[in-house]
Formats: sequence, structure tokens, C-alpha cells
Amino acid sequence: MSKLITSRRGLLKGAAAGGLLAASPLVSRYAQAQSSAPIRIGFQQHSTGIGAAYGRWYGRTTEAAAKAINDAGGINGRPLEIVAEDDGTDPKRGAEVVEKFANQHECDVAFGTLFSHVVFGSAPAAGELKIPYFVVSEGHHVASGALNRYTLQPGITDVKSQVQAMAPYVSQNLGKKVTMIFPDFAFGHDHRDFFTQAIEAQGGEVLEHIAIPPTETSFTKYFPKIPRDTEVLYHVMVGPAVLTFVKELGEFFGPSAPAIFGFIDSLEAVDMSSPGLEFLDGTYFWEGMPRYAQADQTEYDKAFRAAVGVDENGASVSDAKDVSTYAHMFGCWETLYIIKRGMEASGYAGPQDRAKLIEAVEAMSAMDEGFEHPQGPKIFNGKTHQTFGKQYISRVENGRMVRVHSTSIEDTFYPDEVDYTAQSF
Amino acid sequence: MSETGKIWALHLALIAALIVAGLVLPAYHQGNLARILVLATYAVGYNLLFGYTGLLSLGHAMFFGAGMYGLGLAMQHGDVSALPAFVIGLICAAVLAAVVALLALRTIGVAFMIVTLMFAQSAFLTVLYFGEWTRGDEGFVLQQATRQIAGVDLSEPTNRYYAALILFSAALLITLKLVRARFGRVLVAIRENEERTRMLGYDCFRHKFLAVVLSGTLSGAAGAAYGLLFGYVGASFTGVQYSIFPLLWVLLGGAGTVIGPFVGALFMFYLIDYASGWTSAYMLIAGAVLVALTLFAPLGLMGELRKRWLRWLP
Repeated sequence: MSKLITSRRGLLKGAAAGGLLAASPLVSRYAQAQSSAPIRIGFQQHSTGIGAAYGRWYGRTTEAAAKAINDAGGINGRPLEIVAEDDGTDPKRGAEVVEKFANQHECDVAFGTLFSHVVFGSAPAAGELKIPYFVVSEGHHVASGALNRYTLQPGITDVKSQVQAMAPYVSQNLGKKVTMIFPDFAFGHDHRDFFTQAIEAQGGEVLEHIAIPPTETSFTKYFPKIPRDTEVLYHVMVGPAVLTFVKELGEFFGPSAPAIFGFIDSLEAVDMSSPGLEFLDGTYFWEGMPRYAQADQTEYDKAFRAAVGVDENGASVSDAKDVSTYAHMFGCWETLYIIKRGMEASGYAGPQDRAKLIEAVEAMSAMDEGFEHPQGPKIFNGKTHQTFGKQYISRVENGRMVRVHSTSIEDTFYPDEVDYTAQSF
Repeated sequence: MSETGKIWALHLALIAALIVAGLVLPAYHQGNLARILVLATYAVGYNLLFGYTGLLSLGHAMFFGAGMYGLGLAMQHGDVSALPAFVIGLICAAVLAAVVALLALRTIGVAFMIVTLMFAQSAFLTVLYFGEWTRGDEGFVLQQATRQIAGVDLSEPTNRYYAALILFSAALLITLKLVRARFGRVLVAIRENEERTRMLGYDCFRHKFLAVVLSGTLSGAAGAAYGLLFGYVGASFTGVQYSIFPLLWVLLGGAGTVIGPFVGALFMFYLIDYASGWTSAYMLIAGAVLVALTLFAPLGLMGELRKRWLRWLP
């Protein structure tokens, strides 16, 4: 217990000491340091492991967004500092990294995770340490209610809404009899379940589900399972063997392929002019954000590319072969701006205001297209901690992807599966 | 002090030091040490088979995973509370270990390594195959509110630390007792010369079978504890790298020493943690250190200590 000053002499001594302290340059310097100390963002980066290609570009986008925010005055007058830690794209290490952010680096928030298993592995640590955890993963984990109030996904849409929004276009323009090829793990199963449901709602059907084991390196033996009356082949693949998968698909079909619709995940960070990919001309892809600058490119897309260092073909300005993960990485940019908006709305001053920050983000709804949201407008659902936004379908023409369809935001809606705001902090 | 006195003093001193560490360490290191204690329990289980019996398994992740999924699935889908779920995890690991032992012990040497590797790979693929329940590679989260035993919240950092310490201490003391008993000496005899041990009249198969079951159950206890204390159950823990990790920890710390697995797990954890702060090529540093240790301390850290100074170290 602190000692109270009760005697007159003691009171005078105390007042004198207090006056000296207040006048001291040390104190004013300390107060200054507190108010202008950087806001530390713990960036959980997939620098190594299966997510390394994404991690590299998530890193570049995050640094670019932090620079843009700092150049414009930072957050609440404080600069932003990115503290990156490699999680090895591993859920165990992911949880350790979140603990490191909270307890050692004294970060204000954790941010930036892509791979769903790392999100699952890390979210319990974020909830226990009460550190806001902003993921950029496109998994359905957050909106499904499996995680906790401290985990949010405000900057990128989830796989359920993406897949569901594709079904109307596929059934009306490409065909109603679909065969799906997907990786035989949770991400692929989400595609299987959500798209099958969505295409049936459009009067279509899935003829065959072809699941590829995650350890597979050659895919030729799976293609004969594709039924002959398939009108649309739906593919999604991730990991180091994606290029082999797409090449072998082309070799299998030759010139007589059905309509092919894929998620760009199958070719994210892969150069479209790679040998063997010529057959993709005329096929369709979902893109979270069009990799190639479109004829009606917005000034926001232009500014985003310039800031991150991406050319009009979606590759690094310094190396045309270094293709970006353009369909996903905007999520880091947009999420940092949402953190900024949330911190400003809540008057965030330090870790004691973390709950206020989450409440401020939960209170958000419409996010207009602009420099802060170059991918397009969004509507954030504070109850499910998940954002909803436009999706794009592009057609490959002469080795470039040209956008042929944009969904509405409403196309991506589905009923709420959780209300995180009902959970206590 | 007698040899037995020294041995008990050393191991009890380690436990006492860990009790104190839980009180004085900063939050970050307390959290790390809680994780290390669970992983060290896994390594203690592995060491019983590899270090003392001389059987090199490349598939222990299946036992770790059996414990983790036994607990996790019971809690997630069966609404079983934490303590009975932990027991279910132990039973799953013990049963799996018994089945694997019956089949794999028909082989020796390299064949034993390959058979255990194949079984573990099958276990990994089984987890993925039943994705509807296991959520495959993504895994699932055990909600904080369910992770309690007798009203003690195991997600609270200090409670978690001491729960991990209780588990580790139990594993350490059981192993210490076991390897100094007649049973443990027979295991060492099998490691050194199985033919001669058999000639002396010992039932080698029965001893090796029990060693696999005990080792698998300890590994399963670590897996179940990991799920319970850290709230996540995922397929990556049944992958091949989680079969290699305990081998590395045991080799680093000293195979065939009771304390070695803890030292190895501690050393490896902090090596990666600090190296990742210096460079993104931290696995290169870890690799170089491993090579150096193998060259200059082939018996592992505690193994070298035993060879040079502490001949009495069990």
C-alpha cells in the first residue's frame, strides 16, 4: 500500500518533489514518448513452409500499407510499426508467434495470417491473451463460429461466400453438369460442400467429386474419372504441385475440353505464360481481385499497384517473373486500414483499449471502394466478424485474364452462423 | 552421497527448479516452458523406446495424435468433459501402441523404422480421410470454457504451466523408476545385445511390447495434454515431422538419459525461437548446430556429461 502524506512538513516535501518532477524535462520527454510511441502490429508471416509465396507478397503489401499510413500521419498521431515473425505456415509455431507478439514484442494487435490451419492453431492463443487477431485467410473459420471474439476477418471475403457467388454465372454461362476436382483436405472440402449446394440451388448438379490427396505430385490418374457428359470442370488446388496439376490437366484434354472454371488459387503466384498453360485460353477463373490491370482500371487499383510495386500484369515491377498473389494480398492492405479506422474510432491508446478496438470494428458496416479498399466495396458483419464483398470472374484471353463478370455483394450473403458480440471479452 | 541419493536429488532438483521458474519467469518464457514441458513429455516417451530399448521408431506422431484426437474428438463431438476425455486419449494411444507393437515388432532395425513410418502415415491420412469429424488439416479449436478440470481453468497461463509440469514430472519420475528397476535393465540389455538377453532366458518380445505400449501411452498423454492445454487439435501433429522432432530432441539431449529429452526439447525450442529473430534462414542455423552437435557431442548433451563427469547419470 502506498504511504499517505499526512504531516504539514511531509505535504510540503511532497508538493515540492511533485513540482520538481513536473518541471523536469525527463517527465515531459517520457509523456511525449508515450503519446508518440509506435503502434506495433504483429505480422504473422508465412515466410517459410507451404505458404511462402503468399507470405512474401503479404509482406510486401503490409509494408506498403504501413508506409502509406505513416506517410499520411500514422494512427492517432502515432506511427505504425510492423513486427514480422515467421510462423513456418505451421499451426503450433503460429500459436507461439501470437504469444510472442502479446508477451514479448508487446504488440497492440496480431495480423496477417492466411492458411486456415495456422488460424485455427493460433486463435486460441489470441483469445486467451486477449489480443485482437485480424486474419487475412478467406477461410470460413471465423464466420462459422469456431473461433472467438478476439479473431476477426474484416479485410477479405470467405470461401463460402466466394463459392456461392460463382454458381449463378457458372450455371447460366458455362453449363449445369459440373465435375469438381479439389484437394482432399478441409479447404477443398469447403469448396466441395458449398459449391455443390450452390449449383443445385441454381438447377445444376455435380456429376463427380474428385478429391486429390494432399501428398499427390502427379494427377494424370485422376482425370479419367471425369464423366464424359461433364459440361464444366471446376478445379481448385493449392500447394507446390499446382503448376503440374494444371499442365497435366491440359495434356489430358488436348483440344476437346469441357468448359473449365477454376479458382485462381490453382495458379496464384504462377506466371500465366509458363509453358504448358496455353490451353487455359478461353477458360475461366475466380479472382478476388483481377491480377491484370483491366481496361476500366480504377485509380484505386492503380495506386495500390504502384504502392506495392506490382506492374499491370500482376508481377513485381523489378522482376516480371515474380508474379504476385494478387487475388488475396489486397486483404492485408485493407485490413491495416480497418485497424486504423477502428483505432481512431475507439480512441485507441494502448493494450488496455483492445476490447474497445474490437467493439469499434464490430460496429463497422459499409466500406466504400477507395484507396483504403482498392478491391471494391464491402459490407462487414460485426456479429460474424466476417466481411462480404464483390467477386470477379475472368476469362483467359491471349494469356491475360480479362474480367467478364462482377458479382454483387448481396450475391455473397448467407445467414449468420454465430454472434460473437454475445461473447464476453 | 550415495549414487541413488545423487540421482534422486538431481531429478527432484530439476522439478523444484521448474516449480520456481513458473513463479519468476516472465509471461512469454512461462508460456514457452509450458509448451516445452509437454513436448519434453513426448520426448521422454520416445526415449523409453529409442534410448533405452534401442528401437528407432519413425512413427511416434501417431501416438501423439491418438492422444490428441482421442481427447479432442471426445470433447468436440461427445461433449465429454476434460478429465475423462484425457483418459480416453490415453486409452486410444495405448490401444494403438499395442496394435502397432504386435505388428511392427515382427520386424527389426531398418524394417522397424519403415513399418512405423508407414503406420504413422496411415494414421495421418486417416485423420484427413475422416475430415467431416476431424476437420482434416485445418483441425479444430477446443473452446476455452471446456478446458477445465475440477473447476481449474487450464487455459489460464499459470494453471497451464503447472498442469504441464505435473504431467512432465510424472513422466520423468515414472521413467526414472522404470529404467532403474529390473524391467528397465532388461530393456537396456535388449538394446545392447538382444540375442544374449534371450539366451539368458528373458522374454524379449514381451519386454519390447511393453516398452512400445508405455512409450506410446506417454506420447499419447503428451498429445492429449497439448490439445487440452493449448486448445487446438490438428492433423499437422500427426505428420512425419512430429515423428522426427522427438528423435531430434532425444539425440540432442542424450539418448538413454532420463533428463536428456527435456534438455533437448528446451535447447531446440529456444534455438529456433532466437534464430528466427536473427534471420529468416533459421532452420539453416538449427541444421548447422545439429551437425556440429552430432560431430562434437555424438552422445547428446547429457550423454557427454555422463561420459565425462557424471558416470552415475541414469
